[in-house]
Amino acid sequence: MLRDAWLVAGKDLRMEVRTRVGLGQVVPFAVLVLVLFGFALDPDRGILEAATPGLFWVTVLFAAVLGVQRAYAVESAEGVRDALRLSSLSAPGVFLGKTLAIAVQLVAVEVALGVGVVILYGADPGGWVLLVGSALPATAGIAAAGSLYGVLAVGLRVRETLLPLLLLPVLAPVLLAATRAFEAALDGSPADGWPWAGLLALFAVVYVGCGIGLYGTVLEES
Amino acid sequence: MSIGNEQTAGTAPTVPGQSAPTGHRSTSSPLTRVLGIIVVLCIPLVVWLSFVATPPDRVQGESVRLLYVHVPSVTVAYVACFVTFVSSIMWLWKRSEWWDLVGSSAAEIGSVFTALTLVSGMIWGQITWGTAWEWDPRLTSTLFLFLLLVGYQALRAASPDRSARSRRSAVVGLLLVPNIIIVNRSVEWWRSLHQDATLFRTDLDFRIEGLMLFTWMFTTAVGMVLLVWLMFHRFRVGWLANRVEEQQLSEAVAARRAEATS
Repeated sequence: MLRDAWLVAGKDLRMEVRTRVGLGQVVPFAVLVLVLFGFALDPDRGILEAATPGLFWVTVLFAAVLGVQRAYAVESAEGVRDALRLSSLSAPGVFLGKTLAIAVQLVAVEVALGVGVVILYGADPGGWVLLVGSALPATAGIAAAGSLYGVLAVGLRVRETLLPLLLLPVLAPVLLAATRAFEAALDGSPADGWPWAGLLALFAVVYVGCGIGLYGTVLEES
Repeated sequence: MSIGNEQTAGTAPTVPGQSAPTGHRSTSSPLTRVLGIIVVLCIPLVVWLSFVATPPDRVQGESVRLLYVHVPSVTVAYVACFVTFVSSIMWLWKRSEWWDLVGSSAAEIGSVFTALTLVSGMIWGQITWGTAWEWDPRLTSTLFLFLLLVGYQALRAASPDRSARSRRSAVVGLLLVPNIIIVNRSVEWWRSLHQDATLFRTDLDFRIEGLMLFTWMFTTAVGMVLLVWLMFHRFRVGWLANRVEEQQLSEAVAARRAEATS
């Protein structure tokens, strides 16, 4: 299973390295959203600074929707999905591979956004242990839920509009918890943030578990 | 919890036999007629009990009457969602059309009752708390439940092929309950850290007395009968829609065959 995951993740990331869709389109899009928030909220640093954790994670969610769509768009073209099914890779392995590839790309988006909020919003990145400690489980949870809900929308004509409707309500608790954890880290009171990091880890475990259990059901069809 | 479930379980197999061979296009049967008559007769009684017979509440005044709609509708909504959740698990296990239709019927009716819950709750909140919306865990998770049910139905509507539709909606239906639990817990935790729930003392405050309690229980019971009645009809509509789909498919196949041989 882990070998299969590794193969699928390697394939997706190799494709990303060669096409640079994530780096060339999703990352600039995320930075653009940060700039737009700046316009919307007035470049009054007080508001932006107070809202930084929330804006950061909302932007990550938008980028995640795009990333998940991209991850499955490459599968639905030219019968790649059939090839994947015929390749005798295990379904949980495919799920973990997809999740890993999405997570790696999300980390790249988050690093770019982190630099963005420091420069544009004047955020002070104190308490980086908590920042990393909450961002990693949050990313794992977003990628796992994204990869499970992504496969549900695969091949449908309305997938671009359906995926956000299915995925964003599910990711709302991640936004809530990750924002609270980042607030605690930026306020310099990391003790308040660790329980939220724990909740993020729990979410990630639940969705990795659900994905491993349910992915095969959706993959075996049509 | 499983009333709707079990009752439908006992009688549903009669649907195929009843509606298909005779070409009979109605979704009613003696049982649904009885259920329908019960609902139709009880609703005036519910109106009379909640508006005339019961006194206004000491704390909330006349607005308490809204709760005779609100509390039963939230009960019916949550029961319907639980039926969807259980049906999704059963579908993944049995892979039968029957569980697929039970789950989707319950989800559709559940979303109507969830909307009713939200609207009646917001009107009540506007009167009692002075604000239509509060980031209260119950309120927020009911809104998310509504959004998840809308997503479930959008996914079903978007899947043209029946097997894909059943599979995908069973996965979404199974995740309904864990998602709602996570939302509810996280919002509760978030609110408890930021402010205490003083606003919500009002609805814990009032005592439920004889007739008011009876009205509540009676309205909830009528709501459950309504749910079962609607589910029977929705199930049968879904079953007939599947038959139409099959017939159209076989007609299309026959037409292509005829084209090829002519």
